Amino acid sequence: MATGRRSGSRGDAIVLLLLIVAAGSIYTNATNFQPVSDSHRSAAVEIFTPVDGSFESIEETYEAVQTFKILGIEAKPDVRVTACTSVSEVLGASSSPLKELFYALKVSSLLKCDGSQFEATASRLKSIPSNAKSLNDLYYSIAALVLIKNQSPEADVLLDDADGVFQAIKALSQSDGRWRYSSDNPASSTYAAGMALEALAGVISLATKDIGKSRINVVKSDILKLFDSIEKYDDGTFYFDDKSGTVSSLATTSSVVQGVTAFASAASGTLNLPEDKILGLTKYFLSIGIPGDAKEFFNQVNSVSCLENSRVSIPLILTLPATVISLTKKDKLKVKVTTALSSRSPPLSVKVVSASISGSKDVSVIENQELVFDEEGALHVLDLPASIDVGKYIFVFEIVFHNSKDGKIYAPGGQTKVPVHVSGTIKIEKFEISVLDSDVGSIDTQKQLNFETENDVSLDANHLQKLRLSFQLSTPQGNAFKPHQAILKLKHEKAEHIFMIGNSGKHFQVILDFLGLVEKFFYLSGRYDIQLTVGDTVMENSFYQAIGHVELDLPEAPEKAPRPPLQSVDPFLRYGAKGEISHIFRSPEKRPPENLSLAFLVLTLLPFLGFLVGLLKLGLNLKNFPSASVPAMFAILFHVGIGAILSLYALFWLKMDLFTTLKTLSLLGAFAMFVGHRILSHVASSSSKLKSA
Amino acid sequence: MARSTGDDAITLFHSLRSAYTATPKNLKIIDLYVAFAVSTALIQVAYMAMVGSFPFNSFLSGVLSSVGTAVLAVCLRIQVNKENKEFKDLTPERAYADFILCNLVLHLVIMNFLG
Repeated sequence: MATGRRSGSRGDAIVLLLLIVAAGSIYTNATNFQPVSDSHRSAAVEIFTPVDGSFESIEETYEAVQTFKILGIEAKPDVRVTACTSVSEVLGASSSPLKELFYALKVSSLLKCDGSQFEATASRLKSIPSNAKSLNDLYYSIAALVLIKNQSPEADVLLDDADGVFQAIKALSQSDGRWRYSSDNPASSTYAAGMALEALAGVISLATKDIGKSRINVVKSDILKLFDSIEKYDDGTFYFDDKSGTVSSLATTSSVVQGVTAFASAASGTLNLPEDKILGLTKYFLSIGIPGDAKEFFNQVNSVSCLENSRVSIPLILTLPATVISLTKKDKLKVKVTTALSSRSPPLSVKVVSASISGSKDVSVIENQELVFDEEGALHVLDLPASIDVGKYIFVFEIVFHNSKDGKIYAPGGQTKVPVHVSGTIKIEKFEISVLDSDVGSIDTQKQLNFETENDVSLDANHLQKLRLSFQLSTPQGNAFKPHQAILKLKHEKAEHIFMIGNSGKHFQVILDFLGLVEKFFYLSGRYDIQLTVGDTVMENSFYQAIGHVELDLPEAPEKAPRPPLQSVDPFLRYGAKGEISHIFRSPEKRPPENLSLAFLVLTLLPFLGFLVGLLKLGLNLKNFPSASVPAMFAILFHVGIGAILSLYALFWLKMDLFTTLKTLSLLGAFAMFVGHRILSHVASSSSKLKSA
Repeated sequence: MARSTGDDAITLFHSLRSAYTATPKNLKIIDLYVAFAVSTALIQVAYMAMVGSFPFNSFLSGVLSSVGTAVLAVCLRIQVNKENKEFKDLTPERAYADFILCNLVLHLVIMNFLG
């Protein structure tokens, strides 16, 4: 017998990774799309809430009103009143931009507001399409005229030069099916293509004379070229992407869907769009679920409604309200087929083409079984065969119409794959734990376990023995079952160890050979609690149980033995103060010893003393000092002034800054200069008098 | 030969000394002042040589103060000297006033640079 399993964590991770990879590959092309339902309605009421009874702009008013209409929600009367008021405001203002007029007319047509301003608006708008240069202008003006025509048929909105306008719009198209916004802007966009197609549809309905069939066929081929550029996700949804990056793919796809369905309704003849792409587009919108943003919500609901009401094929969505079927509760398989807006489908039946365990090549359990239609719940129901076992299946469904003509109108989309979990109760038998003597394998102690009740066995073992845990798992049908998790955990006060339980067929067993695990257990003897976990998604009775404990007697740890990992640190210590950081400052310059500096200070002052002594020796006198009072005063003041300036310098060095010093200096300097000038000129004049005399 | 050179030096020194005593007193005062300023500068340089020039700006300002005032005193001496024909029209008082003013400006700059 191999020495016990290595630590289970690494093996566990690999198994998990493989399962994820396998799951990823299984579930491509197998998804469950939910149609628009009541949860959408309640979300819509929450998202589209008016502030003080009215919405922020006429565009938001239109989005809210249209969404409520499609979902069948009654708009509150005060909302209607405020909306109609803002509509008449916009229509009445002569400077309203085209875009706002368009939205106002849309709201008016949905809420049936008062139509007295239509004549004036129509006359304003009538001349725009012939002269418009940009796609935006053409789109909004034509759409507005169509809305006026629908609301008041006697208004004068028809275009005389419809053919010219048609050509003008067509001129902006590109060869790949996309459209430009105007003739001077070379950038093309798929979003613009949607707008252009809707505008062309509008022109057709406003034309006094019919637009030629050849022109319409050219546009139809443009639409097909546009559909060539459609993109696809792995789960079967299709969408359009605007390469310019400024518009989201949701908005672009909505625009194209609106344009194509409008054109298909307006143009004569049929438009043959591939059925799988129509269904794929519907699934794209449904795959968003319930959007959180008002604009996304509107785009989703509006586009789904366009697809449903169009002359192009109407997609049918097949969903399962519950994808987990329990064998113990004897659940039945239920399937619902509706349109994207959850309205009734035409009479049809659903067939299970095959149902096989995902990832396996086994033969399918169900073959070509038709479901029974339950009138009250509008569901198709199937009793699962008695021989079906637990597991993860992929069911393949197919829709068959009772009326063959329905096949042309509706698009069921071929075969739909849906993942289904069949769950049940797993039987556990022969559940026992035993301590074996090594090598010989003879049983020292053996205890039977019962997994329905709590177990609390107490075992003793030493390092020369082995611990064996074994049980048998079988499905309700009696087949072998391998759960996702079968883990044994031995928990000591200081460490815990995890082991995977392997199997051969039904028999699960793990043997822990303590001789080989002594080092892994860090030589820790003592009480180890035993815990067992067995679980799987299809196992209804997955459990996690404490089985008991084993007193393990291991030898003493040698010198170099690994220590068990430290217990986790008290979280308060982790966030406590960190150690002090000692900064390394630049070492200060070496200064001379103080005595030396003082000695030199004295030395520096010596020459000054020598100067004074020399002056005395030379016989310095103050004979020339003026004796008369006024000059004397000036002389004194002059010397005082110079002394003041020098003391100002001393003060400047000690504490003042340059600017205050300069301010004071300018005052003192001016004073000193004045006084000095007086005294010196006096001295000069007196000495010159002396010289001349 | 060496003795005559030595004698010549002593003779030169004596003649310079006697000539010097003939200079007017105010010029001698100025000469004394210049000697005082230069010796102060020399002592500062000797100190720096001993202890290193760490606050270099202080050293510079000290030395420049002494040397600057010596230079200005020399200019004053030139201007005041009656034997100097170039500055005959310039009164000594005017020269003195210039000396004072330049000194004050010099010392303002020095005090700013002293740090």
